[in-house]
Amino acid sequence: MAARKSATAKSSASKSKTKKSAKSASRASTDKEPTVDQQVQFYKDMLLIRRFEERAGQLYGMGLIGGFCHLYIGQEAVVVGLQANVIDADTLITTYRDHGHMLASGMDPKGVMAELTGRIDGYSRGKGGSMHMFSREKGFFGGHGIVGASVPIGTGLSFAHKYNEDGGVNFCYFGDGATNQGQVYEAFNMAALWKLPVIYVIENNKYGMGTSIERASASTDLHRRGSAYGIPGWVVDGMDVAAVYKAGQEAVEYVRGGNGPLILEMKTYRYRGHSMSDPAKYRSKEELAKMRGEHDPIDRLRLKLVAENVLDEDGFKEMDKAIKARVTESAEFAQNSPEPDPSELFTDVLRDVA
Amino acid sequence: MATEILMPALSPTMTEGTLAKWLVKEGDTVSAGDLIAEIETDKATMELEAVDEGTVGKLLVAEGTEGVDVNVPIAIVLDEGESADDIELPAAAPPAPAEETSSESASEPEAAPRPAAPKPVMDADEPDTGETVELTVREGLRDAMAEEMRKDEAVFLMGEEVAEYQGAYKVSQGLLEEFSGKRVIDTPITEQGFAGLGVGAAFGNLKPIIEFMTFNFAMQAIDQIINSAAKTLYMSGGQMGCSIVFRGPNGAASRVGAQHSQCYGAWYAHIPGHKVVAPWSGADAKGLLKAAIRDPNPVIVLENELLYGSKFDVPVSDDYVVPIGKAKIEREGTDVTITAFTIMVGKALEAAERLAEDGISAEVINLRSLRPLDTETIIKSVQKTNRCVSCEEGFPFSGIGAEISAQIMENAFDWLDAPVARITGVDVPMPYAANLEKLALPQVEHIVEAAKAACYRG
Repeated sequence: MAARKSATAKSSASKSKTKKSAKSASRASTDKEPTVDQQVQFYKDMLLIRRFEERAGQLYGMGLIGGFCHLYIGQEAVVVGLQANVIDADTLITTYRDHGHMLASGMDPKGVMAELTGRIDGYSRGKGGSMHMFSREKGFFGGHGIVGASVPIGTGLSFAHKYNEDGGVNFCYFGDGATNQGQVYEAFNMAALWKLPVIYVIENNKYGMGTSIERASASTDLHRRGSAYGIPGWVVDGMDVAAVYKAGQEAVEYVRGGNGPLILEMKTYRYRGHSMSDPAKYRSKEELAKMRGEHDPIDRLRLKLVAENVLDEDGFKEMDKAIKARVTESAEFAQNSPEPDPSELFTDVLRDVA
Repeated sequence: MATEILMPALSPTMTEGTLAKWLVKEGDTVSAGDLIAEIETDKATMELEAVDEGTVGKLLVAEGTEGVDVNVPIAIVLDEGESADDIELPAAAPPAPAEETSSESASEPEAAPRPAAPKPVMDADEPDTGETVELTVREGLRDAMAEEMRKDEAVFLMGEEVAEYQGAYKVSQGLLEEFSGKRVIDTPITEQGFAGLGVGAAFGNLKPIIEFMTFNFAMQAIDQIINSAAKTLYMSGGQMGCSIVFRGPNGAASRVGAQHSQCYGAWYAHIPGHKVVAPWSGADAKGLLKAAIRDPNPVIVLENELLYGSKFDVPVSDDYVVPIGKAKIEREGTDVTITAFTIMVGKALEAAERLAEDGISAEVINLRSLRPLDTETIIKSVQKTNRCVSCEEGFPFSGIGAEISAQIMENAFDWLDAPVARITGVDVPMPYAANLEKLALPQVEHIVEAAKAACYRG
């Protein structure tokens, strides 16, 4: 997965769009459509996440993955579309539904799956699990289990970007459920006050665990949650990877331009329950069927690429096969990797003083 | 009737102040609310207002006088018809503060006794102090930060009132001027937010010093301190180091009630993944804070507000760093070991002095670090004295004393000649009333009694 680039890709054809406002905080019209190559890459990236998550669910059912396991199936377009706008200096942080973000950051599926199975070759040497994985190398800063807590931390990463003048932006992902935590607004206030380079990505999948957003939030317009601090917020169709990609371009331009934070509310949907143990009885089968049938980000892109004659069925089959093989390889790796040695119990508690 | 204007107490911990400037002169008429003087307290320069109207008859204390005790008359205001010549000057000895008030705790900072003639203690781990200068604890803390900030661009200070206000307790005086607003940053009142932001900045390879105005407010942020700062290294298999200092005053101040008076030593010491230090002297403060800033792990620095104004000989050298995890034997003795940290070290030394008068030789250990706890030094001492009294301001249940007792039982059971005694705060929220507050806090006589009991004396 080639997610981290030093520049955004070139545009193929720029569509004419409606100009909304001259204000920089409003969405501009300069964003570029993804190229054909990019779209094919999006497809691969999203499919990898989906197949990976399906396999993780399977391994969970087999008892190979324990504890909490929150799958990202349905939301793939959000992270794939945004990560296509990332440069090397950027950082990413998210909460506990994090496998997709790791794969989209370019982390190795083998290392992620091995962490899920609690093995030594996992990204956290088996000591973190599904919710606690990191890769400094790939700019992925977790993987945090406390709802809302990653938002000040991501804001702190953006503080470091500004302090170090490294040109980086923090992509701070969290769910609709986190938007009612007080510390989110503490972070918004400081980010706006100090014009920190952070993009708050609210993945609004309509449910905070089993409670629908309507039952949890007095105001469901989550993109407006920064308005008290003057933080602009845009709504994006999070089930459309091209729309996400374009919104990401504009957001990055705005934030990297020193204008302070921005909120992207991604309207999305998770197909599975909150975690593996959640039967998701709080929503109707029809609601789920409608989202899957009409808005699935992978199916939509596939139909578009077929209609535009970019790939034929054989082409897709070949791609699907390759991804499936990669996921199978990661699952095998994760089962064959040994459990951490008992001596690992006492390592990594503190760093040695130089 | 002429009215005396007394040196006011302008902060909970103020026992004396500087009469910085008179804003009136003798013969001026004043009305209630008029500004008459500028008083410099342990925290700030405050303006003093007249309470009644009258004519300034006599200014009793000259401008610029330092160390003017609270309640000492500083001026006399005359009623109509009175003349300055009629004034009977107050007796030379100023009225002492009423005995009933919390004079003991209020005067603690300066009262913190220094061992009269401490025996030199030979300890290979004790850093060479070299040249020293007399400084307050707050100046020691400030110097530690300034020196480390000069050395390392990644170090910055963030917290409420740390920059333009110069620190709520004047600890960060002068830092904004030297290091600019980029590195000395005033935050909104948003503990959880800025603690979390600091952790993120540390993940981003900066070295934040996060100041809490008091550790009582850090309870708002304790999830970030423990779940985010202390645990992430482990959860990441060693990738996500977090070099961050959380510091600020801890423990009981004076007359501020239950929500502002609590020792969090046992709370933080309970947690693996970070270190906890609790300085007593100026050298401790400077040396431990420097060690904390240099440490690649999260370090909690539990200071004490009542000690901020205490003066000690502080090493001048930039290289004076007190190793974390090492206790210091402040006074050698043979009959009973007394362990203490931060403000209780002063009380323990005073107790040792009194015990000496009764022929009991007490060894006083300044723990300095609560995690890692220097159990080796404690055990060695107990093997010599066969008795131990542990002192802390915190609550008794699951306190540091409980841990020390268990360690001694596990490691020196056969050496004990008496049960380990725990001197702690009492098991109630801190009361406001001066007499009750005093009763709630461990006092020197409690340590003396416990030590005597351990020695089967008295």
